[in-house]
Amino acid sequence: MSVVLTADDVRRVLRRMAHELLERNRGTDFVLLGIRTRGVPIAERLAAIIAEIEGVEVPHGSLDVTLYRDDYARTGPRPLGRTELPGSVDGETVVLVDDVLFTGRTIRAALDALTDAGRPRAVQLAVLVDRGHRELPVRADVVGKNLPTAPGDQVRVRLVEDDGVDEVVLSDGEVTA
Amino acid sequence: MIGPDLLDMADLDAEAITTILDTAEGFKDVALRPIKKVPTLRGRTVCNLFFEDSTRTRISFEIAEKRLSADVINFSAKGSSVAKGESFKDTALTLQAMGVDAIVIRHAASGAAQQLTRWVDARVLNAGDGTHQHPTQALLDLYTIRERFGRVEGLEVAVVGDVVHSRVARSVCQGLVTMGAHVTVVGPPTLLPPALETWGVRVSHDLDAVLPGLDVCYLLRVQRERMHAQFFPTSREYARIWGLDADRLAVLPEHAAILHPGPMNRGVEITADVADAPNALITEQVSNGIAVRMSVLYLLLGGEEGAEA
Repeated sequence: MSVVLTADDVRRVLRRMAHELLERNRGTDFVLLGIRTRGVPIAERLAAIIAEIEGVEVPHGSLDVTLYRDDYARTGPRPLGRTELPGSVDGETVVLVDDVLFTGRTIRAALDALTDAGRPRAVQLAVLVDRGHRELPVRADVVGKNLPTAPGDQVRVRLVEDDGVDEVVLSDGEVTA
Repeated sequence: MIGPDLLDMADLDAEAITTILDTAEGFKDVALRPIKKVPTLRGRTVCNLFFEDSTRTRISFEIAEKRLSADVINFSAKGSSVAKGESFKDTALTLQAMGVDAIVIRHAASGAAQQLTRWVDARVLNAGDGTHQHPTQALLDLYTIRERFGRVEGLEVAVVGDVVHSRVARSVCQGLVTMGAHVTVVGPPTLLPPALETWGVRVSHDLDAVLPGLDVCYLLRVQRERMHAQFFPTSREYARIWGLDADRLAVLPEHAAILHPGPMNRGVEITADVADAPNALITEQVSNGIAVRMSVLYLLLGGEEGAEA
């Protein structure tokens, strides 16, 4: 088990991601949607950092993709979360925010969930960690940290909001954290 | 623990009920969206097997199934020779052979849903069996009460009227007691079943004495179709002694909620003006029914592939 990002690293990485989003979009004309569960606090923090840099509050909300997952038939029901959109997504640039990008299946589900919520002008993806091993043609636009992993590894993102500490931990397949 | 079937409120502990209600909250959000459909049950087939008349329960289940993207088959035995015994079994075996994933059953015989589980592999959801149980009605009532008061525990609830013929009363009382509400069953002795004390409820024969202390007044439908004897002299007399009218509404605390499982006999157990009063949650019950049934279907139908593999 090794710590890949410390609290200070997480802080710096999020700040860079916020700058990249502003640069990419030439300003603050976008909506941040955090994917439940860990994507939500990350989206909130990005919004806070952007407010600090630009003095503009970017609309932000949450997206629960549980009902759109492709593993319901196999693994069974998971607890539902709330989807809280900051307003209509029609015609907006939506930035989906998640903690770890792995197979891409969560993002596939998120795109379906978003389509049912409206018709955004464009959708971008920002993730704190990209650990590779994609099973679908999905790519992130803004990545906090590219992390080479083995398929069986576990990447844990811990955040102050949920876990009391900011860190990203990589453990190999045998260890169950 | 929820499942594999939903037959009886007695099978659900407080934790299971809370899970169902919490999940229903998520589904209520779905109902507020422009696209009220999610792909979760795509490829699953649900059969609504109704041996007995129903409007809201059948339509509510059908909407719930369709909003979850299940394929829906409606089987109504009304008017056919199918009633009980072998032919019920044959119907069940036919559905089994067709490979449906879930069966929502309503039947005039108590225990029909339980019986069905012995013949089919599909998940069975009891949508009312005789005078026995109607668990999804109880769950939607609990949801509606929790939504209004933020809790069920500790609330004073009266269940009023024709208890002896009511599967709703059995399920609702059981659910309320499990969730920690204080329940008083109120009605004429002829319409109360024996051994009520085993339900964990208080019994009263005086509605006017009970009303001032209530948080929830739950009125039951007078079930004429199940009455094969004289249980009370006339509807007018019933309405005068056991019905909720404007005078009694004035005695009920202002915050108290009025529930009725429908269909209402306006002028018998409830007067028209009370049914349309602001503290009557009867239409909320109907819309919550869809979310609660989506929740139950979602919680019962997942993970089968994994179980078989």
